[in-house]
Amino acid sequence: MALSELYPPYEVVRNPDRCIACRVCERQCANEVHRYDEDLKKMTADESKCVNCHRCVALCPTRALKIVKTDHCFRENENWPKETIEEIYRQAGSGGVLLSSMGNPKPYPIYWDRLLINASQVTNPSIDPLREPMETRVFLGKKPEEIHRDEAGKLLPNLPPQLELSTPILFSAMSYGSISYNAHKSLAQAARELGTCYNTGEGGLHQDFYPYGENTIVQVASGRFGVHKEYLSAGAAIEVKMGQGAKPGIGGHLPGAKIVGDVSRTRMIPEGSDAISPAPHHDIYSIEDLRQLVLSLKEVTHFEKPVIVKIAAVHNVAAIASGIARSGADIIAIDGFRGGTGAAPTRIRDNVGIPIELALAAVDQRLRDEGIRGNVSLIAGGSIRSSADVMKAILLGADAVYIATAALMALGCHLCRSCHSGKCSWGIATQRPELTQRLDPEIGAQRLVNLVTAWTHELKEMMGGMGINSIEALRGNRLMLRGVGLNEKELQILGVAHAGE
Amino acid sequence: MLREGIDGVRIPSGCAVSAIFSKNGHRRSGENIIRSIALMHERSNGLGGGFAAYGIYPEYKNLYALHLFYEGKKAKEACEEFLNEHFDVVNLSKIPTRKVPSIKDEPLIWRYFVEPLHTKLSESQLDEETFVSRCVIRVNSEIDGAYIFSSGKNMGVFKAVGYPEDVGEFYRLEDYKGYCWTAHGRYPTNTPGWWGGAHPFSLLDRSVVHNGEISSYDANRRTIEMYGYRCNLLTDTEVITYIIDYLNRRKGLSYEETASVIAAPFWSAIERESEEERRRLTYLRSAFSGMLITGPFSIIVGFTGGIMALNDRLKLRSMVVGEKGEDVYIASEESAIRLIEPELDKVWAPKGGEPVLYYLKDPEMV
Amino acid sequence: MNKRKNASLLGKRYLGCGNEKGTIEVHETPGNALGAYLDGGRIRVFCNAQDATGDTMNAGEILIHGSVGDAAGYAMRGGAIYVQGDTGYRCGIHMKEYQDKKPVIVVGGCCGSFLGEYQAGGVILVLGIGAEDRPPVGNFCAAGMHGGIIYLRTEHLPADLPGQITAKRAGREELTKIAPLVRRFCREFGEEEEALLSSCYYALTPNTRNPYRQLYVNN
Repeated sequence: MALSELYPPYEVVRNPDRCIACRVCERQCANEVHRYDEDLKKMTADESKCVNCHRCVALCPTRALKIVKTDHCFRENENWPKETIEEIYRQAGSGGVLLSSMGNPKPYPIYWDRLLINASQVTNPSIDPLREPMETRVFLGKKPEEIHRDEAGKLLPNLPPQLELSTPILFSAMSYGSISYNAHKSLAQAARELGTCYNTGEGGLHQDFYPYGENTIVQVASGRFGVHKEYLSAGAAIEVKMGQGAKPGIGGHLPGAKIVGDVSRTRMIPEGSDAISPAPHHDIYSIEDLRQLVLSLKEVTHFEKPVIVKIAAVHNVAAIASGIARSGADIIAIDGFRGGTGAAPTRIRDNVGIPIELALAAVDQRLRDEGIRGNVSLIAGGSIRSSADVMKAILLGADAVYIATAALMALGCHLCRSCHSGKCSWGIATQRPELTQRLDPEIGAQRLVNLVTAWTHELKEMMGGMGINSIEALRGNRLMLRGVGLNEKELQILGVAHAGE
Repeated sequence: MLREGIDGVRIPSGCAVSAIFSKNGHRRSGENIIRSIALMHERSNGLGGGFAAYGIYPEYKNLYALHLFYEGKKAKEACEEFLNEHFDVVNLSKIPTRKVPSIKDEPLIWRYFVEPLHTKLSESQLDEETFVSRCVIRVNSEIDGAYIFSSGKNMGVFKAVGYPEDVGEFYRLEDYKGYCWTAHGRYPTNTPGWWGGAHPFSLLDRSVVHNGEISSYDANRRTIEMYGYRCNLLTDTEVITYIIDYLNRRKGLSYEETASVIAAPFWSAIERESEEERRRLTYLRSAFSGMLITGPFSIIVGFTGGIMALNDRLKLRSMVVGEKGEDVYIASEESAIRLIEPELDKVWAPKGGEPVLYYLKDPEMV
Repeated sequence: MNKRKNASLLGKRYLGCGNEKGTIEVHETPGNALGAYLDGGRIRVFCNAQDATGDTMNAGEILIHGSVGDAAGYAMRGGAIYVQGDTGYRCGIHMKEYQDKKPVIVVGGCCGSFLGEYQAGGVILVLGIGAEDRPPVGNFCAAGMHGGIIYLRTEHLPADLPGQITAKRAGREELTKIAPLVRRFCREFGEEEEALLSSCYYALTPNTRNPYRQLYVNN
């Protein structure tokens, strides 16, 4: 056997008293960890292949399985933790760039958890959301600068195109190709039922999903895959993807192996050909070029669709957003550095970008300082984990939030962070038919509807507690937030007072 | 002592409001409005009271009447220098007051009748009212110790720390005659040390008295500050006044339309409207979404030639309107109206979010 | 004077944007994004055109009696762009083909750097008229190219062709593919078909559709 410097990170623990050798685990594991040994008449496991996705655990009928972290260890060293050492072995063995999936797992500060929400006592009544109206409807888009009236003095409806949502939660961009047909179908159906939108990502729009157009945001990224006039006109809004929180500043690359069948048709590129998204849009090397692309998209869709520009949260995000707000875009989506991805170089994912909380606060304040906050709506994304995060984002200044990792979890994702392998045992981040069929789109859609409905209820509870009955009165209402355990600078950037102040 | 707003202090407060308006422009003294607001003594706590009166300066009706608080001579000198640079000051005097035992620590209180210098005005490329309001905001945020608390034409605000009836006596309001009076008694949760924090709050000729604490405050403040306003006092009334000024004067919305923005109907109610009305309301609510005010409020807005009363859309504060002949009465409590006019033709409590508006029959009559 | 009086098109952006049919004639330098998302019909320009001509175009024909700016035919999926003169940087970048959609760019003069960067499909033909003594393209030609073909009428290949590109002298088979493009070019711009066709051509093709496969290791 060849020298192996990498000891499996997980152990498969099988309770022999419970295991009935039904071989469900063997059939379910896309990574081929489990195997029935005919000679020994029992199940065995090759832990080296295990990604800890819990598929086998979840389907074991006798609960005979669990996956535990190995206690095999290196000599302790604060400067050289196990992961770092193993990454060096991996690169020394291959010469490759480390590739990871999903969001940044490193222990950076999570500002959501250092912000606390207010409630009314005495001077102003709280409102009971179960019996009194509590409004979560939002309109995303540019507000008119001037009022116009006809000769009779009636207001002329010069409102630029708006994206109307029943709740301030949208599903963020995930391309068909990076996730499965059934995952897309679940998102599309759920978006329609919830009165919100999902986002095609840059993989084009499958023919079957054109009927969900009113609840679809069609994305235009640097690769322009599947982009044509019909596609641009099919959605409720168009998103220009300039960047993504998980990998700011770099492009994308869907390997040719995943460009099969419908994925190839939808992206309109031949089977087996790599789908490379260049790092920049090559018609945008400067802010005035962005204006050109935004307006060309509006031109081709007769100025009927709001245009979203999505950027990664980077150091000078406020200045960039200010430029975008003057580019003709209607909505800015900001993606924080904890946002997920189907594949990104590990070093980029873990070291580039800034937290969404700080980026959002800085952008909202900058746009207000310049008097142009009304030019655009803001969508914040990049690890929104609960309704409390949604609430805090809106109080900091967001109009709505994007969720994707949480949505995938509703579909069964167990955050094993192995999407780039294409062997998702839950049938989400894969194109292998035997795996994709595991995700029933009806059930998937229902679970997404459940999640967002529950979050919306929780939002209403918190709103009621503050005596606020409309989302508009939450947006940027930073007096309703207090920081805990934050330093002066952090509080200043977030624009909130410390608890007790 | 921390000064409200100036030192970053925001003080929630409850209140009483009252108003009298004469549709045919009959001008009456301040005695009745003082009696009315005094009846609701229990709704105030002696930490703020004030009045706005319209039609009181007919001899100067084409000039802006600036009422100022000065903390000392230095502030007065700095402010007068600014005023002389920007305005032609036609008349200036101390505002007459009388000693009242409960009113203490009074600042210097001055009144100036002014018109903008034509050279300055044309240089600024602003319309006259925007020019004047910018000057007011500049004095209030930049000249330490000077505060313009009234800046309209043919109207004036009178306010102080104290019970409203004492404030009325202090300012000798029986000597003024107005076709419209509004009054305010305040119940702040802690002690404001500063007279500027009392209500009404006003900008140009729009004055607001307000009861309640709004929950949308910071969302509204951060929206309106984009348009050249500075919320120095951190009070609800201030932000409401600026929003009304912005929507009504700068954007040209009618008061009814303004009410449809700040106390917008619920979406469910909008959906039940006719197609045309639905479009109108959706437009107003979407176009000015940052100016929706939530939480309890009842406000009375005074302006040249008219008055508007408005409740929040859930109607979390009380407000009663009464009519007798050509006179209109509005107050937090019916008793405060009955005290001064026992025989009303009509009395009712307006619905939440539904503006009640009265105008002079002939705007030229005053 | 029977010419239609039009409002000036000088510097006007998005001309013909998303058009599906019809012909537009332009006599004054049009603005950027000429014929973006073009889906059919024809745009004829009797002067130079600017940047992002034919951006993401899907079908139709753009004929430039002059030169074009940067990023002509960016992400183009179908139709044809004929340029009598030169192109700027990044001509045909990320051009791609799919089934019967096969985009074509023919350039009479020379191209700037990064011609056919990321090219994933379609045909780019550079005639290099008047530049017979040197490569008709700038630096980094075909960088990241992983599909389609680039023909260069030259005897001087660029010195810096990337490793994944195979450059081969065009034989009879390639010439039969080039001929109709040259013919169309000559019909439009009045060049000598015979002279052009009898020249030496090189065909550049990628030797893999997956140029970056070896770059990554699972983590």
